[in-house]
Amino acid sequence: MFSNPDVLKFIFGKLSFDSLPFHEPILVATFIGVMIGGIVVLGGITYLGKWGYLWREWITSVDHKKIGIMYMILGVIMLLRGFADALMMRGQQAMAFGENHGYLPPHHYDQVFTAHGVIMIFFVAMPFVTGLMNFVVPLQIGARDVSFPFLNNFSFWMTVAGAITVMISLFIGEFARTGWLAYPPLSGIAYSPDVGVDYYIWSLQIAGIGTTLSGVNLIATIVKMRAQGMTLMKMPVFTWTALCTNVLIVATFPILTVTLALLTLDRYVGTNFFTTEFGGNAMLYVNLIWIWGHPEVYILILPIFGVYSEIVSTFCGKRLFGYTSMVYATVVITILSYIVWLHHFFTMGSGASVNSFFGITTMIISIPTGAKMFNWLFTMYKGRIRFETPMIWTVGFMLTFVIGGMTGVMLAVPPADFVLHNSLFLIAHFHNVIIGGVVFGVFAGINFWFPKAFGFKLDAFWGKCSFWFWLIGFYFAFMPLYVLGLMGVTRRVSHFDDPSLQIWFVVAAFGAVLIAAGIGCFVLQIFFSIKNREKLRDVTGDPWGGRTLEWSTSSPPPDYNFAFSPVVRDQDAWWDMKQNGYVRPLEGFKAIHMPKNTGTGAILGALSIAFGFGMIWHIWWLAAVMFLAMVVVGIGHTFNYNRDFHIPANEVIEAEGKRTRLLGNQA
Amino acid sequence: MASNSTASATEAPVFYQTEEAHPPSSTMLGFWLYLMSDCLIFAALFATYGVLGRSYAAGPGPKELFDLPLVAVNTSMLLFSSITYGFAMLSMERGSKGGTLGWLAITGLFGVAFVGLELFEFTHLIMEGAGPQRSAFLSSFFTLVGTHGVHVTCGIIWLITLMVQVSRLGLTAANKRRLMCLSLFWHFLDVIWIGVFSFVYLMGVLG
Repeated sequence: MFSNPDVLKFIFGKLSFDSLPFHEPILVATFIGVMIGGIVVLGGITYLGKWGYLWREWITSVDHKKIGIMYMILGVIMLLRGFADALMMRGQQAMAFGENHGYLPPHHYDQVFTAHGVIMIFFVAMPFVTGLMNFVVPLQIGARDVSFPFLNNFSFWMTVAGAITVMISLFIGEFARTGWLAYPPLSGIAYSPDVGVDYYIWSLQIAGIGTTLSGVNLIATIVKMRAQGMTLMKMPVFTWTALCTNVLIVATFPILTVTLALLTLDRYVGTNFFTTEFGGNAMLYVNLIWIWGHPEVYILILPIFGVYSEIVSTFCGKRLFGYTSMVYATVVITILSYIVWLHHFFTMGSGASVNSFFGITTMIISIPTGAKMFNWLFTMYKGRIRFETPMIWTVGFMLTFVIGGMTGVMLAVPPADFVLHNSLFLIAHFHNVIIGGVVFGVFAGINFWFPKAFGFKLDAFWGKCSFWFWLIGFYFAFMPLYVLGLMGVTRRVSHFDDPSLQIWFVVAAFGAVLIAAGIGCFVLQIFFSIKNREKLRDVTGDPWGGRTLEWSTSSPPPDYNFAFSPVVRDQDAWWDMKQNGYVRPLEGFKAIHMPKNTGTGAILGALSIAFGFGMIWHIWWLAAVMFLAMVVVGIGHTFNYNRDFHIPANEVIEAEGKRTRLLGNQA
Repeated sequence: MASNSTASATEAPVFYQTEEAHPPSSTMLGFWLYLMSDCLIFAALFATYGVLGRSYAAGPGPKELFDLPLVAVNTSMLLFSSITYGFAMLSMERGSKGGTLGWLAITGLFGVAFVGLELFEFTHLIMEGAGPQRSAFLSSFFTLVGTHGVHVTCGIIWLITLMVQVSRLGLTAANKRRLMCLSLFWHFLDVIWIGVFSFVYLMGVLG
């Protein structure tokens, strides 16, 4: 029976023994490493008997704080994978000159740069940003959870499912060789007949559902669940930027969904949206994907601007300079980000008028961004600046991001762009703003809010080592790329003939090694902070002299965040409370209404991985069964009306009493 | 009031609410936001149709393919279903469980008729050799109209689920909220269909 090829094809689709990359020694070694690591972790959990704890307290948790922390963990894990890809590329380009073809064949190299881009944007930057928003926003607005706690858990597990789907492609089959946006016709079935693009499509579609729903969730949370007295113009700046980012998410991710769905139809059904025949139009894809793609970069940077705003005012001990202009700048950037997409392909040839329009709108974005930069500078001016770890990341950002912004304005000039398009200058530019902006901000945010999440600060020494390695490594890694780009070197090339270019690539590779040291220091920082957590302990809940509501509760906050819902009188609500005689309430605690945990999100995530796998490998029975299972589980979930409970008053009294004793001991 | 945030200078400022605060339900806002994201899905599909809708690739165009009387019947099915959903909501407001369930059932039947007629039209086109693979125009036509049809199908499944839940538990607050959400969804699909009918069918045949 198993010798019948039709039966085999029915059961396994396109999957066969040849799909496993035994011929790639790098992948075999990685696979063995991952397996050993995986067995150690899973065995460790089993040995410690922590599966029940993990399931009850984390996997099924609807607590926004735990979900936020899990997003951050996902981001760190995927950062290691994405950065491994970066090191491989830097290594390859530093050696592949003339006779030497390096160690990565083009077929493999093309997968590496595609996976690097996809992972870094969708499964590193997005989880980091979503994680920070999830953890911080409800605390900042004085809420006990998000509007839709189950949806939050579901969104997270869909993001994880997408990430796992990408990781599967490493060992079963292959990933796309198209670049991170998978332009057709290259990504069409005619030129990419293998499963790489299908892995790309399904991992992004699965994760995209999670992202869109988490956007809906956070908008509803910010609009509906703010503490009494917190009018829109009293919201902390981070919450403002989170609101704008989530508006962008809801307003753009559906476009990505459609774009990828149309590409899917072209590949699976044989439609002609983006093909080169039967009237298809590949440039339609490029337009659509950038209508999502440009707002996407602002989805990443806007909340990070919020992080810097919080950090600057906290560590300068001053109210943020120009709060109102900061809010308006954020809103203006949100709107403008939607009308600049064409600057990604001035060379499409849409004519001088169209290019001028998009060039000018792009340049206009630098005005609100500049306003933000000046607001931070004026906040620092005459401030009592404390150069703690979050603050030095912020200063590093301000210097680095301005350079990236200026090269961005250069690229916004269409004639200049015709020269620089698709060159390493572009690569240097967007890494300059994404690393110098988003990544630095994520590290600043982790250092800033870590004590809130866990009750102890992160080690300052290793934090500073991490910062300096990242900062110096960044300049070594990307300044040479600006030079190479100006000389006309294009992106995504795995081998060069001109030996005079090599030195620049060697310098860039050295920079990448420094960044690796920065990541290593970050891991050590976490390790030593956990080891020395008693020394780094903060019992006040307000280790930095904070200004917003998240610092008014204990660290880590109780499940219910606030025993009594705060009333806000000022944009720096906690600062106002501290200045004007706030006394922590010690009695009168009542039972608190909270949502119940549920395993449905994790189950749906797991089913969606199997569904995606079935679609990728054309295993239709698997996809159909899994799809049906998702529908049944989803509908089944709606039959559970018993979704909330009350934390009894005596538990609240106990938790608050414990905090009172801790605070008393300290005083 | 337990918490007066505009306390005068003589009173001590109030920094927290001593009574349990109940934030207003976010469900309708959240669902509305979801609908807007869905609306963007259709916006992108309309835009795609706008770009590719005349790329016939030497194949048949709208004039040869569209059967307006059939589409008119189909449209009326969907419009009637919106009216009957409205009647279901009126029954719900009156607290009549039987009335609600009855009108929901009629709505569902109209929905099934709509999807059935659409499938008939699609089969007919494919039999004629005008399937979605034939040209970019047909690709975008099938995708736009088909996506709407898939939405209606999901709506029908949701409607059946809600009928089961209402018949089991009655018109509880949770069920009423769900019926309101489905109501928004159903009318939303009606609005989208009016766009499809006008821009795809009418303008296709006339233009």
